[in-house]
Amino acid sequence: MSLKEKLVSSFMAFEDTVDVNSSIHDIRTEAIKTFEAEGFPSKRQENWKYTSLNSILKQDYSVFPKSENALEFKDVKKYFIHEIDSYKIIFIDGKYSSHLSQTTHDGLDVCLMSAALSKPKYKVIIDNYFNKIATKDSLSSLNTAFSMEGAYINIPKNKLVDKPIQIIHFSTGNEAAMLLQPRNLIVVNENAHVQIIERHQSLTENPVLTNSVTEIFANKRAIVDYYKIQNDKPSASLIDSTFINQKQESLAKVHTFSFGGKLVRNNLEFYQNGERIDSTMKGITIIGDKQHVDHNTLVHHIEPNCESHQDYKGIFDDSSTGVFNGKVLVDKLAQKTNAFQANNNILISDKATINTKPQLEIFADDVKCSHGCTIGQLDDSAMFYLRSRGIPEKEAKALLMFAFSNTVLDSVKIPEIKNRITQIIANKLGVNIGFDL
Amino acid sequence: MLKINNLHASIGDKAILKGINLEVKPGEVHAIMGPNGSGKSTLASVIAGKEEYEVTEGSILLENEDIEELAAEERAHKGVFLSFQYPVEIPGVSVTNFIKTAINATRKAKGLDDMPAKDMLKMIRDKSELLEIDRKFLSRSLNEGFSGGEKKRNEIFQMAMLEPKLAILDETDSGLDIDALRIVSNGVNKLKSKDNAVIVITHYQRLLDYIVPDFVHVLLNGKIVKSGGKELAHELEAKGYDWIKEEVNA
Repeated sequence: MSLKEKLVSSFMAFEDTVDVNSSIHDIRTEAIKTFEAEGFPSKRQENWKYTSLNSILKQDYSVFPKSENALEFKDVKKYFIHEIDSYKIIFIDGKYSSHLSQTTHDGLDVCLMSAALSKPKYKVIIDNYFNKIATKDSLSSLNTAFSMEGAYINIPKNKLVDKPIQIIHFSTGNEAAMLLQPRNLIVVNENAHVQIIERHQSLTENPVLTNSVTEIFANKRAIVDYYKIQNDKPSASLIDSTFINQKQESLAKVHTFSFGGKLVRNNLEFYQNGERIDSTMKGITIIGDKQHVDHNTLVHHIEPNCESHQDYKGIFDDSSTGVFNGKVLVDKLAQKTNAFQANNNILISDKATINTKPQLEIFADDVKCSHGCTIGQLDDSAMFYLRSRGIPEKEAKALLMFAFSNTVLDSVKIPEIKNRITQIIANKLGVNIGFDL
Repeated sequence: MLKINNLHASIGDKAILKGINLEVKPGEVHAIMGPNGSGKSTLASVIAGKEEYEVTEGSILLENEDIEELAAEERAHKGVFLSFQYPVEIPGVSVTNFIKTAINATRKAKGLDDMPAKDMLKMIRDKSELLEIDRKFLSRSLNEGFSGGEKKRNEIFQMAMLEPKLAILDETDSGLDIDALRIVSNGVNKLKSKDNAVIVITHYQRLLDYIVPDFVHVLLNGKIVKSGGKELAHELEAKGYDWIKEEVNA
């Protein structure tokens, strides 16, 4: 049985466990039909041209976790940004871990999707927001069909959330191979501010495939600052689809740090439904071996006087491959749009590959749009300069990579995240650089 | 200190240095002058260990040890310092952090622990005063957006911090106004001792009014064709290089 067939038949079993009278039952049923009709994406599709899922779809994934597994905080502490106080929504093998979590209903809802989908008091929000911005492509539909658990965050009007919220999905290897499909919904109401850190972390050598969908709604003048830290095991793969709907004068920023995993696909889509919106997406990708990271971004400028900024840096070693496919769509109505996109890459080895494709579709005539992509090597004269100061080759390379990534790190608002990222980079490069950036 | 014997070096198929002989003793200042394209910067880069250049013949001895096979950082650890004509910009790494990294890398190579933070701070304070460097300057990203003068002053600051045995100043005077030239030269003069040596590479005699050389060498077409005392620099300033070319050709 192929994975697709297995999933379609598993849906019947899944239906037995959920309330078929709930309002989202129809949404789930519709979604599984879409998935059944379309199947997994293939390289024949334009935006999957450089990313093949074949190698990861061969596994016989368990679709539902059989047993619960407990973790002690001290054993997984390093995956948290533990230096700061934060709210935490933690999942182990797809199940909520109350032991590791720290949620609150004190003026804001930081809780569980399973609760939000089943309890009447959340119905209005679910009806208004759930599955409203996620695209109906096959992988998002697959997630929607099985949507059950994840983070549910609702920040009320004028609320400045006092500390960041960390969402971490652990997998423990209880199953030989596991498919996880977390579903997150984040609603940030008028004038509210929130910072969110998201991570998917396997603790096992067993294959894990995560097909995650996150919907974010930034309402009028809301500020959303979102950090994705991807530094997973070589046996783990991630398809992350994040959709952001912005209302007027809102500001949404997503930083994606991709350092690990076997295959990572980031679909990141911004929809600007209002004026004077600012959307920023930045990323640093540093991979090696046979790793593959694909950034597939979209900014849809729908209304006038908005801005978007994209800045993705990639460093590729060994036989790793990268993809950047950045689409900027400017509607006819969206006059005075400022849209900037940059994708700069360094190939360290002769066998590494990057496919980068800016795609600008502009239907308005009074806009400022720019894009630039570069592919290069580390600068020899810069290397000589650093080495002539006594800095060994490996450390010199690392310093140049930090310098190269600096424009992305620069806008990270939480210093502990910046420190963690520089630490991860230093570990990854096998250097111990005694400085703080 | 430094002994260069019959040094030939090329980049690709192009021979640039064609038999350089030079001996520099501790406490000495040597100036190397010559027209554009004569091989001055190449000589500096080859001594410092730039990999693009291939040494095809001859040897470079530092304190009687052949350093030709050593990597640039290993030469730095042994006390070679090159002040660059065009220092590289490193965004996101402050001057202070950069110099800390460099010093501790050198200490590590010598089997020493990192320099204690207190000592490092004191040293940074002392040396930046010597070069009239503002504290704010030290927290800026290395060379990023620096003026020509700031870049050169920063090079000499690094030299002051690293305390090399052999410092090579490659066109340190280019892009400097008179005030900056005075500050940079003062710095170099204060760092000079009987135990270290300086090679000054320059087009103009101007810098040599401040950093007074014991020897002046003229490099022409990859060879040192004439050597003399500091008065040779004045003669070159007055008469140009043509008379030397004629002498060589004769």
